[in-house]
Amino acid sequence: MTAKANETGAAAGVYAPPAAASGSPDGTPVSLRNLTRAFGATKALDGMSLDIAPGELIALLGPSGCGKTTALRIVAGFEYADSGEVLVNGKDVSEVPASKRDMGMVFQSYSLFPNMSALDNVGFGLRMRKTAAAQRRSKAAELLDMVGLSAQAGQYPHQLSGGQQQRVALARALAIEPHVLLLDEPLSALDAKVRLQLREQIRTLQQRLGTTTIFVTHDQEEALSMADRVGVMSNGKLEQVAEPAELYTRPATAFVAEFVGTMNRLPAEVAGPGTVTVLGTSCAMIGPGGSGGAGSPPTEDSPTSGPVDVLVRPEGLTVAPASGGNGIVSGRTFLGAVTRLAVLLSGDTEVRVDVPSATALAMAPGTSVQVGLPPTPVLVAPRQQ
Amino acid sequence: MATLTSAAGQAVSPEHSKKRRRPQGQSSVWRWVVMIIAGVYFLVPLYAALRFAGLSGFKEVFTTPGFGSSLWLSIRLAAVTWIVSMLLMIPTTVYVHLRMPGLRRLLEGVTILPIVIPPVVLIIGVLQVMPLALRASVWLLALEYVVLAMPFAYRALDAGLRAIDVKTLTEAAGSLGAGWLSTMWRVILPNMRTAVISATILIVALVLGEFTMASLDLKQTFPVWIVLFDQENAQISVAASIFALFVTWVFLMLITVIATRQSRRTGGGEVTLFTVAPQQTIGN
Repeated sequence: MTAKANETGAAAGVYAPPAAASGSPDGTPVSLRNLTRAFGATKALDGMSLDIAPGELIALLGPSGCGKTTALRIVAGFEYADSGEVLVNGKDVSEVPASKRDMGMVFQSYSLFPNMSALDNVGFGLRMRKTAAAQRRSKAAELLDMVGLSAQAGQYPHQLSGGQQQRVALARALAIEPHVLLLDEPLSALDAKVRLQLREQIRTLQQRLGTTTIFVTHDQEEALSMADRVGVMSNGKLEQVAEPAELYTRPATAFVAEFVGTMNRLPAEVAGPGTVTVLGTSCAMIGPGGSGGAGSPPTEDSPTSGPVDVLVRPEGLTVAPASGGNGIVSGRTFLGAVTRLAVLLSGDTEVRVDVPSATALAMAPGTSVQVGLPPTPVLVAPRQQ
Repeated sequence: MATLTSAAGQAVSPEHSKKRRRPQGQSSVWRWVVMIIAGVYFLVPLYAALRFAGLSGFKEVFTTPGFGSSLWLSIRLAAVTWIVSMLLMIPTTVYVHLRMPGLRRLLEGVTILPIVIPPVVLIIGVLQVMPLALRASVWLLALEYVVLAMPFAYRALDAGLRAIDVKTLTEAAGSLGAGWLSTMWRVILPNMRTAVISATILIVALVLGEFTMASLDLKQTFPVWIVLFDQENAQISVAASIFALFVTWVFLMLITVIATRQSRRTGGGEVTLFTVAPQQTIGN
């Protein structure tokens, strides 16, 4: 993955303005080793370890309070870890103050200095490094150009839109040619359209410069679309770190399965070793994190008997109109090419099923339908009440 | 304070628009009545004082012994009080905002004490315990004024800090390589300008008008001089009072105009004398 990122970066570099040459060309490896941090009785981080390859963009994804921001702030040096270490380029930086760590950070809230123009904001880090004024200005202008804001160089933050402010903040963070770029939900205050544009811009820029980047977000779409790898966090622990596609198709835990994308829970019974009966079909059990291949053994923590839940994505179920079927359509949401049906099964289980929109026409709310599951290997989790 | 006002403003606004449809006459008549009553209340004593002092009073005031020296003393005291207050209060408020936000309530309580305790009590207590060397110096008064001005200075600065995201700005500066001093000097202070100016105005106005402490400390500041001189020549004393009023007014207007000009450039609002200072300080 990293190799791929670097390739793309190099390819883009051919067309890139000279500014690209000023970015750290081969990025910096970062390792988090067994980080723990408690706030009172709450464990914000509970033994978190993560290796980030040079030039990689890794997204930390999780619900609020999962510890992702704490992890980022420990890397930045704004927060300390109770134990564990942060290695940048192989060196432990735990004792290095934030101002000496060479990490560019973009914050969730607008953080531009209100008393300085966009150009002076971008040049601030260089000023702190005692760069000569002329050089500082040309470098700052170059970076503003890179985020497409040359025309706004002389404007003050209050004259810029939210999206523009975050772009200036990004240019400011990159101006110091940081070892690591830290993004703390930089898009969450922006409206949807700007968020989408900026998402692409950040990714393009990051790949061009090859800067190792940690991106914290609670928005899975953001994480999946931007990152080389996504780390899903829950209760201060990394549940899984994987490429976006793998995260979606082969979640390691029930938490990841349900947090990423939409997931149905269907009550089922374990039929025998490694098989489960659901909706009348007998399916192989893959336990979270299994290879997905037929007959792969269930992982240790998957249940071996009794009532369980089977986890299936909306596109993994089949549905067809049938009088006296096992469910009744309770809702229909048009999503473009597909339509998502909500179907109420006996036993009060509601499932969501994606069907081609043309097919969905025949299934208005109230229609009796038969929901089925092809005999594919399925994820199994303990029954949830 | 700000949230209170805006919430109230929103609640009131529908009624406002209704009232606007009413004939204009009634409300504008009331506006004028209020204006005239207020005007009479403030201007008649001033006019009377002007009449009483007469032109000769104004001519003589500048050449009267003690005028220059007492005015100069008051100005120096204001300057020293301002410097000490700022050096003490700015780092304190910033530190409390950043590191000990829980202490803000306590500090608010502590800083209100000088208002609750009468100046007479304050100065007599201080005079009892101070070493003679300090008691003889005029600068003891400046230190006393720092205490007296603390409630105003603290509130103005605190409100100013609440208006900016100190934590994020500090962290942003830190991540860019700025140490504590650079962060304070280049990032925090410039964005507290309005608050600092507000505090300055309050301190200057307070020091230029303070009488009780100065007179009990036996120092001839400008207000003390006016009162003493009143017993010799009331006309000149009144002329001096009007002059003092004028000087203070010019000074405050100057600060306001300069501050507004600078604040407009970076997107801050108009600076009025009490923009930043919460209301409870105005009464004093």
